[in-house]
Amino acid sequence: MTQEPKVRLRGVYKIFGSEPEAMMPHVHGGMGKEELLAEHKHVLGLQDINVDMQAGEITVVMGLSGSGKSTLIRHLNRLIEPTAGEILIDGDDVMKQSESGLRALRQERMSMVFQKFALLPHRTVLQNAAMSLNVRGMDVETQEKEAAKWLDRVGLGGYENRYPSQLSGGMQQRVGIARALTANTDIMLMDEAFSALDPLIRTDMQNLLLELQAELQKTIIFITHDLDEALKLADHLVILKDGAVVQQGEPQGILLNPADPYIEDFVSDINRARVLRVKSVMGALSAKKFSGDVQLTDNLESLIALSEGDTSNIYRVLDGETPVGQLDMRDLVKALVPRISSAA
Amino acid sequence: MAFYDWVFDGLGLREWCDSDTSAAPLSMADLLAQAGNDEGGEGVPFPSLDALNESCGTVSQTRDLTAGIEEAFLAAKSSLKLVLDPITQPLSWALDGALWLFQAVPWFVMIPLLVLLTWYVARSFAVTVFVALSFLFLGFIDHLDVAMQTLAIIFVCTGLSVILGVPIGIAMSKSDTMQRASIPVLDLLQTLPSFVYLIPLIFLFSVTESKLYGIAIILYAIVPIIRLTDLGIRLVDKDVIEAADAFGMTNRQKLIKVQLPLALPNIMAGVNQTIMMSLAMVVIASLVSAPGLGVLVLRGIRNLELGVGIVAGIGIVLLAVILDRTSKAALSRVDMGRNQN
Repeated sequence: MTQEPKVRLRGVYKIFGSEPEAMMPHVHGGMGKEELLAEHKHVLGLQDINVDMQAGEITVVMGLSGSGKSTLIRHLNRLIEPTAGEILIDGDDVMKQSESGLRALRQERMSMVFQKFALLPHRTVLQNAAMSLNVRGMDVETQEKEAAKWLDRVGLGGYENRYPSQLSGGMQQRVGIARALTANTDIMLMDEAFSALDPLIRTDMQNLLLELQAELQKTIIFITHDLDEALKLADHLVILKDGAVVQQGEPQGILLNPADPYIEDFVSDINRARVLRVKSVMGALSAKKFSGDVQLTDNLESLIALSEGDTSNIYRVLDGETPVGQLDMRDLVKALVPRISSAA
Repeated sequence: MAFYDWVFDGLGLREWCDSDTSAAPLSMADLLAQAGNDEGGEGVPFPSLDALNESCGTVSQTRDLTAGIEEAFLAAKSSLKLVLDPITQPLSWALDGALWLFQAVPWFVMIPLLVLLTWYVARSFAVTVFVALSFLFLGFIDHLDVAMQTLAIIFVCTGLSVILGVPIGIAMSKSDTMQRASIPVLDLLQTLPSFVYLIPLIFLFSVTESKLYGIAIILYAIVPIIRLTDLGIRLVDKDVIEAADAFGMTNRQKLIKVQLPLALPNIMAGVNQTIMMSLAMVVIASLVSAPGLGVLVLRGIRNLELGVGIVAGIGIVLLAVILDRTSKAALSRVDMGRNQN
């Protein structure tokens, strides 16, 4: 039971149009997105989504605009109703919840951070952060104490009595995150949470999220269209295209073994040395002599700096103190070249 | 012989036509025709009810239509009155009470109170001073009493319009069907010439009852507050609504904590419009015994007393400006609080 996924999507379909249910047989019959639109005027939003999201992990769903990623995340708290399929949270089917059950789920087990922040403009920062507790009808003192604690944690101490419009975008999103954290839910849904921010602020926010995650171990479902962001945050990466999952798994694995040309294309522009880590490239211990010791989680960029570009070096890989393998610099260099299977 | 005789003859309806002649009263045209002044015979007449009636007595005349409406209304009148009378009775009480109150309170209490109220709503020094000066001027030219009557009626009618209009607006914003059904009614209320309201009301209630003009004013003035409440709620940012849903707000919480506060600027704009429209109507309502400045305007028209009419008219303009500036200042105060505070 310990490894039971926290959130589980099984065969989820979403069809937009006037009679979505009637379209299901066509889709099961293998009809694609374009044909369905041309012949029946229905839009296939999601098709056969099967994803397991483990507790305490960041699952990143990545795709370009129109790939259905925002639709997907809204299925988890049923802001959008699926046409078919099961959505299990801690083993309970969300689809079978009554209206009040669903409300309780949204109040107590899931919180959400939005791309456009979606703060209440007429409430102060403190009241915004306390929104989830306010909805639950908690007394004002507890609300404000909790909200102030989390505002302080995201670096907004002292801004409690401002209004959202007085803050910059990055600060507003910090309020959004504080609001989600104040809800004290196991699951956090983040819908392109950092996409509206400029690059430097975005990096700050990513670091903040990783820092919080190291401390809080929430189950985070993060939506993004930015591969760098996805690789930085993801424990489990799901790549969507036209409403279907093209590949999912550990991000390093996807980078090294892209499943199809679409993903190869995607990953070809990435600074691989910064993303790939020693553990993805290392081999079994066999050499007698090592040029030095490196850590399992070091990225390749730091190794290149360490070896000063000398490809004859072989390093011993440590996990903490124990040796777990070795890294040949020649393998490292090979790993840096994107594998293009479709090229001649 | 009439033009369309051949139609009825051709269809073999002559007998039916002669069996019964329409009992409509004589029209002016008939009288003129009898007097031998009928120009007649100028080409093909439009096959209207009147033209057909000339050929076939059984066909009704157009006059029968208006007479029919009147008869139907008179027939329904007593049962309508039975229902409407008790429901609207509180309106009479409220109007009479307000009129009594505004006149019973001496001027040296009333003017400071109204000025204080202005300050409380508008929080604008300029507007408050302007209001104080206007009331002093109206008092100086001996129009304070009538102005107070007008103001009393406007306060009651605007208040009731808001109390009734905001919930209707909310209902409209929640349901597309309700919106589709309401919009034609609102259009009708807004475009019907204001005098036309008064006619059926005169049949229903006695002219001495205050609710007669109260209803006329409310029907006319309630439209903008309904429309703008509906619009305001529908314009609330979809993202914020989605956030409210995502955090599990009930519909009631969503309405009170999110939608109404965010729609407030629009609702306030509706209140401003409602006030201005009640003021417009309260003048017309003086035709059916609404007291106030309108009575003086009416006297000016009836007796051709130019000066009386103009001074009362200026008094109305002054009231309009006071009410408009005060409510606009309140509106911008709400907006400011939103944007910077």
